[in-house]
Amino acid sequence: MNIMSLPLSEQAILLFAGMVLFTSFSLLAQPRIVAAIRMFAWQGVLLSIVTVMVAVDTGLHHLYISALLTLLMKAIFIPWLLHRLVHKMEFQREQDILHHPVLVLLAGGVLVIFCYSIALPIERLGNSVTQPIIALSMAMVMLAMLMLITRHKAVSQVIAFMAMENGLFFAAVSATHGMPMVVELGIAFDVFVAAIIFGVFFFHIKDSFDSLDVDHLSSLSESDQ
Amino acid sequence: MMVVYFLVGTPLFGALLLGIVGHKKEGARINLLLSFLTMISSLYLVYLISQQQILGNDSSDFYIDSLNVYLLALTAVVGFTTAFFSGPYMLHEAKVRKLSDARMRLYHSSYQGFIFTMLLGLSTNNLGVLWVSLEGATLTTVLLVSLYRTPSSIEAAWKYFILCGVGIAQALFGTVLVYFAAAKVIPNVEDSLLWTQLFAHAGELNPVIITIAFVFLLVGYGTKVGLVPLHNWLPDAHSEGPTPMSAVLSGLLLNVALYALIRIKMITDLALEGEQTVHIQNLAGYLMMGFGLISFTVAVLFLHRQRDIKRLFSYSSIEHMGLMTFAFGLGTPLSTFAGLLHMLVHGLTKSAIFISVGHAAQIAGTQSIEKIRGLIQTQPKVGWGLLIGTVVIAGFPPFGIFTSEFLLLSSTVHTYPWLAIPLLMGLSIAFAGLFKHIQPMCFGNKPENQQPVKATMWPVFLHLIIVLWLGLAIPEQLSQWFNNVTILITGSGVL
Repeated sequence: MNIMSLPLSEQAILLFAGMVLFTSFSLLAQPRIVAAIRMFAWQGVLLSIVTVMVAVDTGLHHLYISALLTLLMKAIFIPWLLHRLVHKMEFQREQDILHHPVLVLLAGGVLVIFCYSIALPIERLGNSVTQPIIALSMAMVMLAMLMLITRHKAVSQVIAFMAMENGLFFAAVSATHGMPMVVELGIAFDVFVAAIIFGVFFFHIKDSFDSLDVDHLSSLSESDQ
Repeated sequence: MMVVYFLVGTPLFGALLLGIVGHKKEGARINLLLSFLTMISSLYLVYLISQQQILGNDSSDFYIDSLNVYLLALTAVVGFTTAFFSGPYMLHEAKVRKLSDARMRLYHSSYQGFIFTMLLGLSTNNLGVLWVSLEGATLTTVLLVSLYRTPSSIEAAWKYFILCGVGIAQALFGTVLVYFAAAKVIPNVEDSLLWTQLFAHAGELNPVIITIAFVFLLVGYGTKVGLVPLHNWLPDAHSEGPTPMSAVLSGLLLNVALYALIRIKMITDLALEGEQTVHIQNLAGYLMMGFGLISFTVAVLFLHRQRDIKRLFSYSSIEHMGLMTFAFGLGTPLSTFAGLLHMLVHGLTKSAIFISVGHAAQIAGTQSIEKIRGLIQTQPKVGWGLLIGTVVIAGFPPFGIFTSEFLLLSSTVHTYPWLAIPLLMGLSIAFAGLFKHIQPMCFGNKPENQQPVKATMWPVFLHLIIVLWLGLAIPEQLSQWFNNVTILITGSGVL
């Protein structure tokens, strides 16, 4: 597919999709928690912009509702909730130090290539501009998983978890132009409840371990003490 | 259809109601009443299905056939008996652990919410709603795992949340891919996630996309089934949460996740039927066999080194889920029949065992295997309940688990004879591991000043009698259902 031969609106969709992937990478490398939350909010904003653009491009009206839901949940509600919790726990200056940032970023790059190679057969079938985005959204899921395993603070793990949900939503928008409405509402409800429960958990972890470092959570295992 | 709405609606209503009044003295009684209503409507549903085979049509939101009707009934019945056990048990726990009113409200509301998500997942026709309800099952139970607010229970709940959340996210990706493949062949796009439509059009689905989707779905729902190496959350969540929850988690939720896998495998098998080599045609089966066998072997070995009684039996759950996954992966009519039977008898037996274990832990005041001693001397009912339960789960004749394991073994010998060796070895190692721990707990002298507790043991014996009955004679209606499902999955029946 030659990018230059596409109509301008579709080129713009691909450009914004690339920017969404960029936010995934910057989440991966961002040690400061407040900055990471802000970056996550930007990811949500970009995601809803792409959704609106796809909606305009395809003329599917229910995608406007999805875009609105995403904007409310991922760009406003969840970042606001996380910000509030971080302030309440006086956690603003905390950093989640990455031990080998270069290695992690390189691994991220490898993951993206890997995802493109897996999604190649799917792309070949496609006839729509949004098809290349499947590989991209798979990469977002993988990058979020990488972030999840390289971080030590509960807050950053939650951001990674939510970034993974973003990747899944992106896959649904790009591959199939959204899911049936009942499913989409169900998923949004689940994410909403999950965000609240995560908030509850921060307090429990803080009360029990006096920090939000998940390295403390390692007493249950099969190894002999 | 009304009965399905009533069945699913009752626990949903219960979750909301008990969220308000669950802490009152009547909380446990309301919980019991609602579970009773759910059970009655599930039994009525069983009656309906025995008359007309299928409830719902190709484009309805709910679809009840021979595969999910008995799982629905199992869920509702075990939900009821466990609610009966939970009343006095949680009263005792609330006193010992000083649980506040808010937490008792949370407990009762989550209990009903959990039952709701499982019934919704089993009865829905929509793969997307199935995903939503399985994620909902995680959300309703995660705060139950950390109900006691001890550091280790919070650790267990966090692990459970993150691992199951990440796992099930993979399943959503798989669902998106299925929808993508289906939207190309199913005329009405809005119906593309309905299982009946997918099954009818399965042969036309693109095999490459379905293969990728199946891998994602297997990893996703496999996390909830507790397949190794995605099982780490399971022993933690079982051992740290309140025991009634361990009983429903082990006996029911794992079944629901496996049920999702079976439904998806049915579509995948049909989609790959046209492929050239046998290896690709059976890809889904091979993957499930592999995961099942690894889970079985690892769990059997880990049984030996457990020190916590609830962790011990959660590894036993992983072992049996591995066996069932293996049975469905094998995919012969006999092994499928065995897998369906095993889901039923394991669900009944494991919930019975966890009820006995809960009482045993209350008698001894600890879950540590080394400190639980002399149960039969202290309280014969609990001791014998635990002992007989263990005998049943280890696969002794004439109980139902023996029947299903025997059927599975004989179909293994017919297809892959050399795989019978690890299966037989594993079963005997599991037997040794269980009895090494259980024997001194039940027999042996009781420690001084160990007192009996107020125990509700009839659910245990009821479950075990049903399992015994299923081992001696399977009712005709039930075997007819199993046979129908076997024909649906494999193309030929066993009867």
